[in-house]
Amino acid sequence: MSNKVEKDEFSGTDTTGHEWDGIKELDTPMPRWWLWTMYASIIWAIGYWIVMPAWPLISSHTAGFLGYSSRGSLEQELADATAAHAEDRNALVTMELSAVKNNSQLYQFALRGGKSAFAVNCSQCHGSGAQGAPGFPNLNDDDWLWGGDVDAIYETIKYGIRSDHDDTRIGEMPAFLTDEMLTKEQINDVAEYVLSLSAEREDTAAVDRGQEVFMENCASCHGDKAKGGRDFGAPNLTDAIWFYGKDKDIILRTISRGRNNVMPAWVDRLDDATIRQLALYVHSLGGGE
Amino acid sequence: MANSSVENIDVRPVNKKENRALFKKREKIQPKKARGNFRRLKWIIMGVTLAIYYITPWIRWDRGDSGPDQAVLIDLARERFYFFFIELWPQEVYYITGLLILAAISLFLVTSLFGRAWCGYSCPQTVWTDLFIFVERMIEGDRNARLRLDKAPMSVSKLVKRIAKHSIWIIIGVLTGGAWIFYFADAPTLLRDLFTFEAPIIAYSSVAVLTATTYVFGGLMREQVCTYMCPWPRIQGAMVDEDTLTVTYHSGRGEPRGPHKKGEPWTDRGHCIDCNQCVAVCPMGIDIRDGLQLECITCALCIDACNDVMDKVDLPRGLIGYDTHAGQFDSNPERKLDIRFIRSRTIAYGLILALVGAVMLFTLLNRSVLDVNVIRDRNPLFVTLSDGSIRNGYTVKILNKIHETRQFQIEVEGLKNAQAWIESGPPVGLPMIVTVPADALSSYKLFISAPAENLPSKTLDIDVVVTDFKSNERDIQETSFKGPEK
Repeated sequence: MSNKVEKDEFSGTDTTGHEWDGIKELDTPMPRWWLWTMYASIIWAIGYWIVMPAWPLISSHTAGFLGYSSRGSLEQELADATAAHAEDRNALVTMELSAVKNNSQLYQFALRGGKSAFAVNCSQCHGSGAQGAPGFPNLNDDDWLWGGDVDAIYETIKYGIRSDHDDTRIGEMPAFLTDEMLTKEQINDVAEYVLSLSAEREDTAAVDRGQEVFMENCASCHGDKAKGGRDFGAPNLTDAIWFYGKDKDIILRTISRGRNNVMPAWVDRLDDATIRQLALYVHSLGGGE
Repeated sequence: MANSSVENIDVRPVNKKENRALFKKREKIQPKKARGNFRRLKWIIMGVTLAIYYITPWIRWDRGDSGPDQAVLIDLARERFYFFFIELWPQEVYYITGLLILAAISLFLVTSLFGRAWCGYSCPQTVWTDLFIFVERMIEGDRNARLRLDKAPMSVSKLVKRIAKHSIWIIIGVLTGGAWIFYFADAPTLLRDLFTFEAPIIAYSSVAVLTATTYVFGGLMREQVCTYMCPWPRIQGAMVDEDTLTVTYHSGRGEPRGPHKKGEPWTDRGHCIDCNQCVAVCPMGIDIRDGLQLECITCALCIDACNDVMDKVDLPRGLIGYDTHAGQFDSNPERKLDIRFIRSRTIAYGLILALVGAVMLFTLLNRSVLDVNVIRDRNPLFVTLSDGSIRNGYTVKILNKIHETRQFQIEVEGLKNAQAWIESGPPVGLPMIVTVPADALSSYKLFISAPAENLPSKTLDIDVVVTDFKSNERDIQETSFKGPEK
């Protein structure tokens, strides 16, 4: 092939010298604007390396002069969002909780914030709909262990139950069998009595014996009529709601080995405005007193 | 010159087949001014359409305290569309769909009857381009003067003319974009805010964008918008048939064309003297004598130009005129138009138009001013209360679409011994009474509880009935009440 560049006679464009079955490839140049766009992109890329995070290093990466990071930008956005609500949040912490409801705009703000905080912090145990699970109370119903008005709910969330905080709510369900306070037979009688409070039982003799045992050992917390006691978080044993379940086996286990589960204190993890939002949200679920 | 009274113009249509090339540059069109009935009609339509566009946002309409007093307003922030006595909420956007269907079918109907009458007379692109050409002619003169100016070297007077022309174009663009934004906010307030720099950024940017598009489309791109950007020229072929009345060159009468000297006989030749006036006045730069073509917007200015020429050579008018496709081969100058307006196509369009229009009118007249939605809680599905009864939660949304505060009664049907309350609080029993502010949506959390023994099965169908105290307007929403497995 000669060194002279062949020109296509129809278009007047140079050919590349490639030929297939008589068809020659034209050496049509790229459009100018396209070429310049590519050069501009190269220059842009070099500038980008300098100012933005770009090259991976062994244990980190080049940070770039602008110091940008996606994590930092997220943190900034979250801080901005909190700052944007500063007025409402301040109003919330300075106001009586029971009075928030009268301020419709602030109340809606609290409910929405509470719903979102609940999903992040509480739903793992209480469920996404606050419907609870055995051992984790349903927050929708009207049965409250420690009180269902908004201030009581606020205190429960803030300090927790049997948590490691000094102001925690505390109460103990003893292990009557493990600690040898009652015999197996007595425990069976008490379980029969507890069940008889909400349903007919066949073994009335056991129920009568159980009532005596109950008065001596249980009534101090659960009350003479087994209606429960909020000072100790003792459940009402006469209603239709069962904390752990209404099967006799479960009740026997509760009496024999005790129950002392924990709700953490949130005062050190969440700010006061968020705890107040949570209290108002839980209170609004339908069972609030 | 062949005929002393008629100027023969050296102009070539831009879309001649021989000139076509894939990468051909645009040939600038400098349309000559036309005089005649159609030109007059177009001035009137331009005046009316521009007046409608500029004046509409300033028309006031009293809606009381809870609504704006602007007759036509698209309130994006408050999600309302106001049109005189009509007020639409976002969920009623199907009215807009109906309106668009009506507009489309009307366009089909008009096109099948009169060709692209929309394009030629009332399309904003045509109206504004016409306006821009008018400005151009005022400053730079008619076609010949403009052609000379284009060729002339840059001078002070040319520069002054160019600056003046483009400035006025931009001012028209600003006014166009400026009027547009008044449809989206209270016009007097927005006007004041615009000048005190308190209007939202979006207002200024909308004006800027619409100024740019008006200037570019009306001043610079003109016929290219119609030919290359608009889909309608491609669709017109399907709408036009042999009975459609459209701008037609009567080739049967006009051909063979040729120059004509005054006093020469008209025997053995056509009536077209090939003066090219029809091409010179065409804003699309085409030759109507080539027949109906994609570029033709049927603005009818060539009719005016040709009639003028026919008058001068003492021939009957109408060598170019509105006629059907079939009529173009008729050589009789006194031809009577025989138009079939009633055809299967127009009947079909008419029926669809009437049907959609009737449905729209019916739904609009029977439009409910109360809208209720009941959404039952899904998580949890139900809650057992301490006395053993079952509680379900619902969100009840009541839309009060009138400009008056209204009181509603909420009842639950299909559930025995139901208790109900709103939010938390003591059960208030049923029926319950709520107040919804004027022109607003109110949302209530409704809890309903019933003794477990009143539930015959896992799911019970119930109705939530919302009744307006005053007007007795009722809205019944079917929902369900769920309980545990029996």
